[in-house]
Amino acid sequence: MSFEILTYSFMHRALISGIAIAILCSVIGLFLVLRRYSLFGDALAHSSFGGIALGLFAGVYPLWTAYGVSIISALIITKIKDRYNISGDASIAVLLSSGIATGLVIISFSGGFSIDIFSFLFGSILLISVNDTVLILALTGGILIVILLLYRQILYSTFNEEQAKVSGISVEKINYLIIFMAGLTVVTSIQLVGVLLISALFVIPNVTAIMYGRGFKQTAIISISFSVFSVLSGILISYIFDITPAGTIVLFSIGLLAATMGIRSLGLLSKK
Amino acid sequence: MLNAVEISNLTVKYPEVKALDDVSFVVKEGDFLGIIGPNGAGKSTLFDSMLGLNTTYTGTIKFFEQDIKKSKKYHKEIGYVPQKPEFEKNFPATVSDVVRMGLRTESDENKIDEILQQLWIHELRNRRIGELSGGQLQRVFIAKALVNNPKILILDEPVTGVDQQSIELFFSILKKLNSKQGITIIWSSHDLDAVNKLANHVACLNRTLFFHGESEKFFSDDELVKQYSEASMQEHMHHH
Repeated sequence: MSFEILTYSFMHRALISGIAIAILCSVIGLFLVLRRYSLFGDALAHSSFGGIALGLFAGVYPLWTAYGVSIISALIITKIKDRYNISGDASIAVLLSSGIATGLVIISFSGGFSIDIFSFLFGSILLISVNDTVLILALTGGILIVILLLYRQILYSTFNEEQAKVSGISVEKINYLIIFMAGLTVVTSIQLVGVLLISALFVIPNVTAIMYGRGFKQTAIISISFSVFSVLSGILISYIFDITPAGTIVLFSIGLLAATMGIRSLGLLSKK
Repeated sequence: MLNAVEISNLTVKYPEVKALDDVSFVVKEGDFLGIIGPNGAGKSTLFDSMLGLNTTYTGTIKFFEQDIKKSKKYHKEIGYVPQKPEFEKNFPATVSDVVRMGLRTESDENKIDEILQQLWIHELRNRRIGELSGGQLQRVFIAKALVNNPKILILDEPVTGVDQQSIELFFSILKKLNSKQGITIIWSSHDLDAVNKLANHVACLNRTLFFHGESEKFFSDDELVKQYSEASMQEHMHHH
């Protein structure tokens, strides 16, 4: 085995985009997990599948339609939840199946599954273009800046909405902002792991990091490190053994979770 | 002395019942007001209205002469300690993370250290909040409420589920905040003895304001105390 693969420019693009997506997903995912919205990413990804099918059918770049559908769905899910008092998990289930159903109907109109659909379902990080890489970097930068600027408000309203409200934070606006950013993140990440495995990037590194019993910033850093490690290892190993990157990334992530659980049950994770 | 809080003709109607009926009272700056009343007397509704969580009331609520419906400025003058701090048990936040959330200005670690020391929880600053006892948690939430130097501290029956030793410590902290630092305290409680010991004013609430005045007057009037006790006993029986 040589380091030749590190000289390919498609590999550079894949690794750079992969790192950006890994960071973005663990940061947004941490807030979603703590708000008991773990499956929200999954629901948005499935609904954006409808958007992808629409784009392919209409001959528009599918990720643009996916962005639109994902953000609209994110806002609808929040409204439905508030307006009709449907529980969070049930509204996620509704959104998830509506997206896939719409996608399937549109696909059958356009003559069945094509190779394009598969690349969106399972990711295609090695095929990522220069334009996509730039877009991913710009979105990651933008979202991270917003989070840093509103860090206290976002953290406080995640911790306890009522107390955040009392302290003068516009909790509702913050909630919509997080949902909006989650919508953007999901579609951006589709290129890395595909529609079906998105929630793994949002949830697994964070569940793992929370077990280390540290403060908020340290937990975020642990989560980002695990996520970046899984993505880099996943992309490289999958290329070397010619297997699917998406599945490999997620298995690495699950491996870290299992190892952490093992360390913890041996009592080696001392509480501070 | 300025009026720290001025409540006039506050009425809150729920579909079937009036939760608060024409309640008016004034809290002067530096007062320590104990609000007592049976379960369902409207204490939580009163607090929710004062804190901006319930806006469907008639009447006015003013902090330092400003109507809270017209000005948001009062927010920074209030520290609030909830009855039972609710959060995800495994929320990855340390004690200092939680206190820092209360800080409105740029992160000021010295201020956080100072408050933690003042409340005897400095040695806990790097502990996860999910690992703390009820009494420790209560002090963390007081620290969070105090870190902005509020002029008014509002506490909602904050001794539920806290051990006796912590309660004593909590009382002495409140006393000191009020007498040494001049913080106006509004505190709802079930514990008549504690209110008698700590507060200099009492408001007795049972949907309407039953009594409001100096606590000496209330506690020296056996008839009033008896009426209150009967009212809350009836309520107690009613609940069981």
